[in-house]
Amino acid sequence: MSNLTLMIVLLAVLAITYQLGLVRTRQIAGHNATLRMHSRPHHYGVMVGLWTVLPAFFIFIIWSWSAPWALNQLLIAQLPEHIVNDPQELRVAIRRISNLAANFGIVSEAATWEIQAATFLSDARQLSQTLMLALMTTVAAAGALYGYRSISPLYRARNHIEKILQIVLVICSSIAVLTTLGIVLSMVGESLRFFSFVSPMDFFFGTTWNPRFSTAGVGEGSLTGDQGSFGMLPLLAGTFLIALVAMSVAIPLGLLAAIYLAEYASPKMRATAKPIIEMLAGIPTIVYGFFALVTVGPFLSMLGAHIGLDIRATSALTAGVVMGIMIIPFISSLSDDIITQVPKSLRDGSLGLGATKSETIRKVVLPAALPGIVGAILLGASRAIGETMIVVLAAGNSPSLTANPFEAVSTITVTIVNQLTGDNDFASPQSLVAFALGLTLFAITLILNVIALVIVRKYREQYE
Amino acid sequence: MKTNSTLKMKAENVRVFYGANEAIKGIDMNVYQNEVLAFIGPSGCGKSTFLRCLNRMNDTIDQCRVTGLIELDGQDMYDPRLDVVQLRAQIGMVFQKPNPFPKSIYDNIAYGPKLHGLASKKSELDDIVESSLQKAGLWKEVKDRLDQPGTGLSGGQQQRLCIARTIAVSPEVILMDEPCSALDPIATSIIEELIDELKANYTIVMVTHNMQQAARVSDRTAFFHMGEMIEIGSTTEMFTKPNNKRTEDYITGRYG
Repeated sequence: MSNLTLMIVLLAVLAITYQLGLVRTRQIAGHNATLRMHSRPHHYGVMVGLWTVLPAFFIFIIWSWSAPWALNQLLIAQLPEHIVNDPQELRVAIRRISNLAANFGIVSEAATWEIQAATFLSDARQLSQTLMLALMTTVAAAGALYGYRSISPLYRARNHIEKILQIVLVICSSIAVLTTLGIVLSMVGESLRFFSFVSPMDFFFGTTWNPRFSTAGVGEGSLTGDQGSFGMLPLLAGTFLIALVAMSVAIPLGLLAAIYLAEYASPKMRATAKPIIEMLAGIPTIVYGFFALVTVGPFLSMLGAHIGLDIRATSALTAGVVMGIMIIPFISSLSDDIITQVPKSLRDGSLGLGATKSETIRKVVLPAALPGIVGAILLGASRAIGETMIVVLAAGNSPSLTANPFEAVSTITVTIVNQLTGDNDFASPQSLVAFALGLTLFAITLILNVIALVIVRKYREQYE
Repeated sequence: MKTNSTLKMKAENVRVFYGANEAIKGIDMNVYQNEVLAFIGPSGCGKSTFLRCLNRMNDTIDQCRVTGLIELDGQDMYDPRLDVVQLRAQIGMVFQKPNPFPKSIYDNIAYGPKLHGLASKKSELDDIVESSLQKAGLWKEVKDRLDQPGTGLSGGQQQRLCIARTIAVSPEVILMDEPCSALDPIATSIIEELIDELKANYTIVMVTHNMQQAARVSDRTAFFHMGEMIEIGSTTEMFTKPNNKRTEDYITGRYG
């Protein structure tokens, strides 16, 4: 039975036991003229249903999580000693055996011990599945019985459901938190493996990025001169250069748009224009990417030729300009909200002193909204630094340490894409560097986001 | 009580519309130099709306339309050729809720003078700030912390800061829209004393919700009801023998 079928069966059982609980409750309520049921019938129904399905479901989760590991241990116990002692060979052997057990083909002839182990594995899997089903059925039946029997006028099903709901909510929110934590931990783990090949000093402060691709992966040669240089400074410089160009496009345009929307536009205009500007954020970045590649790049290059500047079609400028357009709504929308939140009394005060509207905006409204606007800008910046697709297509992918936006550069994100695509051993520094880069990127955006959030929060406290 | 007879402002048949709704229904009024004129009346009677007509603050509200004639020193205030910015510097306004800018105390006061170029040197600006704060009775309390944010002051101090800010652009008339309604009794009495002192140099028109306050500080009082001005006259007279039955009912607390 596949897991999908199992889930469908569990849902069906839930529906059936719910009905059972409902019927039972009505019966009891009918017999008991003196005592009113504490909760409504459907509360009891849900109660019975959950008692039946939830424990079984937990068993399913725990079993599916732990059984493969247990089976693996049993399998290793079966294998010849010389295989077990070599981690590299053990990995290969286990992969071959599970392929055999699942009736997939494997490369080269299978050895006898491999076939034996595969038979053992497939038998054990079958047994484990049967055991799990049996256990689930027993627990579900017991739960159903317990739930069914406990229906009585004094049983506070309604309050119990409230508690279960709360637990479900806690679980859901902790999944999000735990996922973040898990991602960070796995990145830290892989990064540490990378730093066992390349020293952090060379990585963080090296000025040359040239990871020679070697299919050999971890070989004798790769530990010496053969492994290339992993200095991330050119990538960091490229990232910040593009982000800088993007922000210098997005900040003025976004901020001025926000001022127009918040202060000058009629309510009708604002209601129409704001969603349209926000639509810019909804365009897939790959579309921006080829817009940059096909339209903006050649245009900028041509423009440069006219005024005597040598601008490459794919350059930091191209990627930055297009990215800036993408970020406009982040800045304009947030800033607009923040500017609108500045109390009217401040504007009245300034106007009452004889200031014009634009003086009021420049000298009173904007300074009052500044912390929030800075927060919006930082959020936009962290978006710019993490952006990938536009840069992959339009930045030229050349990891050089330069401050000239007319030249091709490469960024951290682009490099991660390069290092992980293609045929590469995941144990080689060439691939592992992606994790170190990812972690660095994560740290940068995290710091920016935290600063932005702190600023925005501080600003909120001021006016509430 | 002697009132000055020099005419400062004059309103004739003033009507204010919010969309199709007529909020002020034809008001005639004279304001005399160096008097304190109080507007009283129940909520929603139009006293604040009318006050905001007197420095054209209603211009900032969409769909608000003002008809009739309002003059300042014989000059039509709603003349399209008139510079409204200049006008608002002549007629200052203090609002219901203290609204200091999120700047330092010094910058709060210096804001207006800088805007209108009233000081050419830093020392002149310093003088304006000091004299304004002194006139508003705040100098002693804040002279050592002029660089601290105005929002950090107490409510009563903030309101006096706003009055000082208004004085700093040397207005001729000061409009006050319930200046004490957000303040405690002690802060209120300080502001009331201040109004009494300011009368020597400025003409003051104030809206108040508090009839005792009107009786304490004003020379003349106008009673508003449902967008109309029912009665205007000497405060002592109005509070002792009002001409109109509705005024009497309001003052004696029968409604409002």
